[in-house]
Amino acid sequence: MNFSELFRLSGLLARFSPDGRCLASCMQYRLAVRDAGSLQILQLYTCLDQIQYIEWSSDSLFILCAMYKRGVVQVWSLEQPDWHCKIDEGSAGLVASCWSPDGRHILNTTEFHLRITVWSLCTKSVSYIKYPKACQQGIAFTKDGRYMAVAERRDCKDFISIFVCSDWQLLRHFDTETQDLCGIEWAPNSCVLAAWDTCLEYKILLYSLDGRLLSTYRAYEWSLGIKSVAWSPSSQFLAIGSYDEKVRILNHVTWKKITEFEHPATIVNTKTIVYKEVEKSPSVETERLSFPPTRALASSLFSTQSKYDISEVPLSLHCVKPAADRANPKMGIGMLAFSPDNCFLATKNDNIPNAVWIWDIQKLKLFVVLEQLCAIQCFRWDPCQPRLAVCTGNSNVYLWSPAGCVSVQVPVEGDFPIVSLSWHSSGDSMVLLSKDNFCVCYLEREEVK
Amino acid sequence: MGDWKTITVPVLSSDSTTIFQYTSDKSISPPSMNSQVLRLSLPSSKSVHGFFSAFCTEENIEQSVSYLDRELTTLGFPSIYAESKGKELNLISIINCMNELLVLQHKNLRAQEEVEMQHLKLGSDMDHLQNCYAKLKEQLELSKREIVGLQERDRQLQSKNRNLHQLLKNEKDEVQKLQNIISSRATQYNHDMKRKEREYNKLKERLHQLVMNKKDKKIAMEVLNYVGRADGKRGAWRTDKTEARNEEEMYKVLLSDYEQRQKQLLVENAELKKVLQQMKKDIISLLPPQKQKLKERSEDGPVLSDLEEDIGELNKENMWELSCETVREQLTNSIRKQWRMLKNHVEKLDNQVSRVHSGALNEKDVISREDHEMETEKLELEIQQCKEMIKTQQQLLQQQLMCPCDDDTTLLLQDCYLLEERERLQEEWRLFREQRKNFEKERRSFTEAAIRLGLERKAFEEDRGAWLKQQFLSISTDYKHSENAATPSAFLGSSGQDNRLVKSTSQQRKPHCMLGGPVSAEPCQTSQYIARNSSALRKPAGDSKPNQWLENDKEAE
Repeated sequence: MNFSELFRLSGLLARFSPDGRCLASCMQYRLAVRDAGSLQILQLYTCLDQIQYIEWSSDSLFILCAMYKRGVVQVWSLEQPDWHCKIDEGSAGLVASCWSPDGRHILNTTEFHLRITVWSLCTKSVSYIKYPKACQQGIAFTKDGRYMAVAERRDCKDFISIFVCSDWQLLRHFDTETQDLCGIEWAPNSCVLAAWDTCLEYKILLYSLDGRLLSTYRAYEWSLGIKSVAWSPSSQFLAIGSYDEKVRILNHVTWKKITEFEHPATIVNTKTIVYKEVEKSPSVETERLSFPPTRALASSLFSTQSKYDISEVPLSLHCVKPAADRANPKMGIGMLAFSPDNCFLATKNDNIPNAVWIWDIQKLKLFVVLEQLCAIQCFRWDPCQPRLAVCTGNSNVYLWSPAGCVSVQVPVEGDFPIVSLSWHSSGDSMVLLSKDNFCVCYLEREEVK
Repeated sequence: MGDWKTITVPVLSSDSTTIFQYTSDKSISPPSMNSQVLRLSLPSSKSVHGFFSAFCTEENIEQSVSYLDRELTTLGFPSIYAESKGKELNLISIINCMNELLVLQHKNLRAQEEVEMQHLKLGSDMDHLQNCYAKLKEQLELSKREIVGLQERDRQLQSKNRNLHQLLKNEKDEVQKLQNIISSRATQYNHDMKRKEREYNKLKERLHQLVMNKKDKKIAMEVLNYVGRADGKRGAWRTDKTEARNEEEMYKVLLSDYEQRQKQLLVENAELKKVLQQMKKDIISLLPPQKQKLKERSEDGPVLSDLEEDIGELNKENMWELSCETVREQLTNSIRKQWRMLKNHVEKLDNQVSRVHSGALNEKDVISREDHEMETEKLELEIQQCKEMIKTQQQLLQQQLMCPCDDDTTLLLQDCYLLEERERLQEEWRLFREQRKNFEKERRSFTEAAIRLGLERKAFEEDRGAWLKQQFLSISTDYKHSENAATPSAFLGSSGQDNRLVKSTSQQRKPHCMLGGPVSAEPCQTSQYIARNSSALRKPAGDSKPNQWLENDKEAE
């Protein structure tokens, strides 16, 4: 594994381009586009204000930079650095902005979710979508980019509209039986849309592409409900993580629960492998100490190596009791992700914030638990193989694959608390993000550890 | 303690107080009483003297004698006087009276002893019973106290139980109440939320109007030049046609997804059917082609042939991948039937094994089972070979068909090859079936022959035994011919059957009479035994052969 040096970053905005050739990163109001391999700056753009959001277009030719405070979106072209485009929402304000799948339209959500304006880069036409819903995931595009689902709310009722992305024609408009629609997500096969209710009510509805209700699933009443949802890459399974610390898996044939995964604080099954991160401080011989201490010595004195140990089962994990009287308590399954080959599911139970649970989907059993020393910040699957990268807010990056687990310290001077990471589309490298810096990690092909 | 009878003695001189002392003394302890009694019975010399001097003195001899006489006569003794009146004493009667008195005294003493003994016994019994009574009373007290304690505890537990029930009810009520509260609050919140949302919507509308009305020039897009579309085509107007086209596209997407899923399911289905077919074939191969009992042969013969027909049918139908209800049902039913047969067969084998272990070996079973196992092994080997051949042929076919040619020709080719293969396989199946039937027939005939052989052997053995006995008889009964008259009488006392037997034996014995007296008893007995046996053999109607033999023998005689 090779690590690049640290570069400045703001707002956790560093993205690989979809074709994998470039990496865009922003520092305050500047946008730097680098080559993904050498990290040489290819282009440098300056925006009007501090950039809050960047997104590559699907063909990697354009980047949009959104500045919510100013209500302005600026679009830059890679092919023609002189080309510029500025979309000013003015008094309407801006809360969200995104590309359409064809890479030629920009959808801006105005303040108070008054409307969504669809700006076209090809024509002078503008479209409006009224009454969009102000929720976590209100807009969802299908994987093939043909259809877009928008959650709407009129007269205290929730609706979903399905648009055809090629000409923005409304295909279907139907109401949902939800109290307060919280999110929608397409299945990877573009044929099923999952819509789930607010956390006060455990309800998930499955709609077909033509708007028919295929199925409703309710696990229980009254207690806090769905926290996170994930489709498996083959669209066979729908994983629903809820506040009762369980993940329920629905199958695509009957839309009924086939199993539920529990996340208890004590692991008793002896077939589960538990990797526990342990810290070792390197021993220093006292004779070698010199005054004033050299830099290397100082860093080695205080640096701690961490590695994985396999713990004996049964074992109990470090549990955190959430505050009972606050909203959005830190309990339940907060993160869910399927591996790209559909074999594994990685979950995080917010009650046990230091552990990542990896489930074997073929056997529908718990496979591995990674117990870290600090709380998990983020984990992402490699887009090509079943390899999971985890970061916990220190300067280590942890990689797990079925062959084993490894903890790597990023060799940088000073602090580098990694809070987020994202993989390159080829799975050969990933960018590690902290609040102020980012670093690119290159993985060798043979090193599948 | 006992009544101590005071013997009233007529008032005498003061010297008689000693007697009173003795007689009226009630101070009681049995040994002392006994000693007192003894003392009385064996008067000490002193007291004797005292006694004598007290009652009779020299002055009142006459009076004392007459007194004694009176007393004795009243007691039933004869008078001590020689005559009815007179002063001469009858010494003999006196002595007799004394003796009688002594005897009486002894008797009385014994009776007294016995009474005292009984008294003692009763006393000890009474003590014992009193002890028991006291103990039982104690126990009763204890038990009563225990019962009271247990009752108390029971009462406490009952009250606790009631309390807990009450608590439970209270908790349940509270839970119900809380749930009601929650639901009412939820509805209230929903209502409030809706109200606020309506207000919010109104504000949004208002704001929207303001925003639109302002005609803000700022809401605009500045772009250097418009970019071409991603796919390079020109933009199109939105018309009904485009709408229809969109609908079409959407349905196409859905349909393609469903078709894909259906294909996957078909493939899975076909694989599962193949597995079932394989299982069916395996089950049939495991089942014995020939049963060991004669009865079941008739049942299973047509069944097996039915099964074979079924296999053929279903093989055919699977080739064309029909998946209609009836075919599926047939397949599952046939598998179930065969599974049941296999189960029965395994159970039978288990029974046989247990029988073998318990020692009841039947020769004919062993023979046919070995044969049967050998046959089944041979057949299984054959089946394995056939299967492998089929597999290799299929693989070769696949390889051949993998070479690129367009879909139609590959399908045609596949069909042709498969047809050929299928017909060949069917031929081979037919041959195989015929062979198996032949094997079955041969095995059946073998077992029948074995049975017959067994029976014949048994008959032969019996025959030989009887003949040998006959021989022996013939040798031994030649001596008996002279004793014909004497011997039957010895047996006449027994049953009429014996008479008949004897008559028959005597008939038999007539041509061979030889032996003399002392030896005669034995051959008679043996002949009787044989005759009895023969009669016994004659009785069961079932066995025709031995009877035939017997009758023949008789006729021959």
